[in-house]
Amino acid sequence: MERARCIEMMYPELEEPLVVTIMGAAAQELYNLGHRENFFYLQHAMGLASSVGLGLALHRPAERVIVFDGDGSVMMNLGTFATLARYRPKNLIHIVFDNGSLLSTGGFDSQTTSGITDIAAIARGAGVQEVVSVSDPVAFGEAFVAAMERDDLSVIVAKVSAVGPEVYGMDLQLRENAFRFRRHIQGLDRGVGATP
Amino acid sequence: MTVSYDNSKTIFEGIKAAGIRSASALPETWLGLLLQRAEDDPDFDLVQVAKEEEAIGIAAGAHFAGTPHVLLMQNHGFLAAINGIVSLAQLYGLPLCMLIAFRGHWGEPYPWHTRGGIVTEEVLRALGIPFEYARDPNQVARQIREAWTFSQSSLSPVALLLTRELMED
Ligand SMILES: Cc1ncc(C[n+]2csc(CCOP(=O)(O)OP(=O)(O)O)c2C)c(N)n1
Repeated sequence: MERARCIEMMYPELEEPLVVTIMGAAAQELYNLGHRENFFYLQHAMGLASSVGLGLALHRPAERVIVFDGDGSVMMNLGTFATLARYRPKNLIHIVFDNGSLLSTGGFDSQTTSGITDIAAIARGAGVQEVVSVSDPVAFGEAFVAAMERDDLSVIVAKVSAVGPEVYGMDLQLRENAFRFRRHIQGLDRGVGATP
Repeated sequence: MTVSYDNSKTIFEGIKAAGIRSASALPETWLGLLLQRAEDDPDFDLVQVAKEEEAIGIAAGAHFAGTPHVLLMQNHGFLAAINGIVSLAQLYGLPLCMLIAFRGHWGEPYPWHTRGGIVTEEVLRALGIPFEYARDPNQVARQIREAWTFSQSSLSPVALLLTRELMED
């Protein structure tokens, strides 16, 4: 299963949810499908995508929040699973794309390459109730639909192959993304449409 | 040493008087009474993190959401959060209003706090983070309000260092 394919499957459902992605390949794959004002690309600070998602979910309980994480990134902030479990925002879906690789920085093996480390088990052990691990597109699609329908925190660990986009580049400055993402969210208060 | 009950209350009231109803924090002795108040206040949302760097992400989320938010941590937590401060808040121009217990400085009896205390100001300077010291309970509410205002106008992290003078009786 390829992450780009998973993101493509979700894309039609990503018109309204607030989406936060990790840096590099995942961000590029989402951007390549067409940027929307409700997307925030966290292009560096590894580990914090789910924390940004938690901050959004707690302070915007009426919005659905979806985080795209990676194995390398989430390994830098394993405490996040415990914090998510403790506050249990019902509107947050945390998707960890486990490609067993530090792909965006040159494809080095990651802590999960060997298959010994089980991120879903870590999330469960941290106390997250709704955790699934999937490795084929049908199961991924089902897990995503279930998470969207569920009124509870969901963690989906998606085992994907270590492939990414061929070229990188966005016509969007980092601060521009932050300003526009915030402005989009403020606009929701005034009943402005979710997408441009 | 006892943590100042009155000044913990004054700080919490100062946070609320600045219009802030949300905080992320990691406990430490000087912050104990203050966090207890935040926890017990039904009008206040407190998120306790497992490591202070998480709070940088949560603060970014709160900023995007449009909710005024402060961070409460000790200086060693600030040191533990630096990559998030640099590569999220400063990189993207996001405000952070940090109230930092300034442990390990003048009067510090515990050896383990001292290295962090000694380097804190220089690290803040190196990062270009504006900071001020909170010493006087009569000034602290104004200082919190001003720290908040400045973080918003500068779209930058700012730090208010809560000193021993303020935090201990
Ligand atoms: C603190 C820190 N250390 C190292 C890097 C270099 N780096 C950039 S991307 C990356 C790998 C990210 O891995 P993962 O989250 O699994 O996503 P993938 O790139 O595999 O899609 C690393 C290590 C960094 N950005 N930050």
